[in-house]
Amino acid sequence: MTRPTEMTLAQARDALASGDISSVELTRAHVQAVEGARQLKAYITETPDRAMQMAEASDARRAKGEALGPLDGVPLGIKDLFSTKDVLTTAGSHILDGFKPPYESSVTANLWQAGAVMLGKTNLDEFAMGSSNETSYYGAAENPWRRQGDNRPLVPGGSSGGSAAAVAARAALGATGTDTGGSIRQPASLTGIVGLKPTYGRCSRFGIVAFASSLDQAGPMARTVRDCAILLGGMAGYDPNDGTSVDTPVPDYEAALTGDIRGLKVGIPKEYRVDGMPQEIEALWQQGVQWIRDAGAEPVEISLPRTKYALPAYYIIAPAEASSNLARYDGVRFGLRVPGEKTLDDMYEATRDEGFGREVKRRVLIGTYVLSAGYYDAYYNKARKVRTLIAQDFAEAYRQCDVILAPTSPSAAFGVGELADDPIAMYLNDVFTVPASLAGLPAISLPAGLSHDGLPLGLQLIGRAFDEETVLRAGEVMERAAGFTAEPAFVAGR
Amino acid sequence: MAVDKATVAQIAKLARIRVDEAQQQELSQELSNILGWVEQLGELDTDGVEPMTSVVEVQHTLRKDVVADGGRQADILANAPESKRGFFVVPKVVE
Repeated sequence: MTRPTEMTLAQARDALASGDISSVELTRAHVQAVEGARQLKAYITETPDRAMQMAEASDARRAKGEALGPLDGVPLGIKDLFSTKDVLTTAGSHILDGFKPPYESSVTANLWQAGAVMLGKTNLDEFAMGSSNETSYYGAAENPWRRQGDNRPLVPGGSSGGSAAAVAARAALGATGTDTGGSIRQPASLTGIVGLKPTYGRCSRFGIVAFASSLDQAGPMARTVRDCAILLGGMAGYDPNDGTSVDTPVPDYEAALTGDIRGLKVGIPKEYRVDGMPQEIEALWQQGVQWIRDAGAEPVEISLPRTKYALPAYYIIAPAEASSNLARYDGVRFGLRVPGEKTLDDMYEATRDEGFGREVKRRVLIGTYVLSAGYYDAYYNKARKVRTLIAQDFAEAYRQCDVILAPTSPSAAFGVGELADDPIAMYLNDVFTVPASLAGLPAISLPAGLSHDGLPLGLQLIGRAFDEETVLRAGEVMERAAGFTAEPAFVAGR
Repeated sequence: MAVDKATVAQIAKLARIRVDEAQQQELSQELSNILGWVEQLGELDTDGVEPMTSVVEVQHTLRKDVVADGGRQADILANAPESKRGFFVVPKVVE
């Protein structure tokens, strides 16, 4: 039998169902893998005791013939942006010091309801603001991959970098992520795993620490498309506690993986190119087009003419919403309090100065500026109008195609510290992921090949709203064609 | 749009974040760069375009005006840095 930590989630599910492995065995192997992978700082908080209790409960259910479904007994990492009852929840920020939520996020509640096992809380950029995991107060998570012949550490991408590193290093069968402008897809691409951002409204935002509420969306990260399909089924669903959650049935996503995409029209957007993008990414994209064609689908050249304005619009809208959402961190109700000189305002200012990191401050200040009197129309409303145009671009494109194929990220994983001093260069990491975020569309990143120096590169499929099934189906066909079997330099337990 | 030090100080005040002199200087540069970069949106004609309010069409429903969850004072205060007799405690605001 394959080592428990090197199974796919689907294989583990099958092994649990057939009795070839118990959840206790599977979970113990993963708890050890989490410990063995500490050098990656993929987890902020490990919850081994809870994991073993949940595994025992799962085995007991199964022994009675009451197994709950495909996720029963499956150990997962949870991004530390999801509130977990009585378990430290940090959002990667100093300002949430010691915060143990008295409630559970709806997505994690759904997962526990389905029998899943929590390994711990994974590292992330502070408040999910970043593309490298370097803004985490708890130290940057590290990518388990290395460039060929070069042992310098690389970033796992962000903001769901801890989840990505854990899954890539075989220290979780799967993990939750959240994606506001690319925070699931870009780290998936940089670590050679699969990540899916569902349609806005597909997964409940209740209990997820808010960054930019009109964009935030939870989704699965795992090593295969099938694993993501299974995981999404356990996360998604209507929730009356989230006013933007959409009340449509959750389909059987795994059943969508028919392997048949004959006749599917796949849009190839000519604007998804940026200056300085390595030729190998362009070549991989063209390779992807060929895979689609070989599978009997039809590539169609499309235009998304306003693409280049998505990123600047995003960097008005997201900070604006963040500045409002982060107003709640005031040193009064939870987390850090730093006494000020005298007044209540002094205390607020001291707490927020010490509690927020540099990038978070930058974004709160930008957001405050673009929402302030006199600038609201010029910046915030302008960006919201551009957002309407970006969504129209996609609507227009979907008259000619069923799904869109593009690169995920304009580069492979980069070195720790390489972009840390240049906010705009860091923001450009999300140039291909932000447009689908602004339009609320489902999009997957899957590993499609390696760079010249041996690092994973991802391709992205963007679907129509609530058509995760086509995204997954096409994704699985491409995954098979790519036959990506490369492994990171570091794998837990080897 | 250049953001000078005084503007940084002013928005920092609005955002309730203490920003010292040295940081004001740095942030004025950084914020100016970012705002200069987003100004390319000016190239797009957005006359007559509706600003997006919701990316998915959601039917807003009204719920009954009743307490759905309550009586959890202890839960709510559990994470407070300082609380006393069922209240959050803050520095004195009235002399």
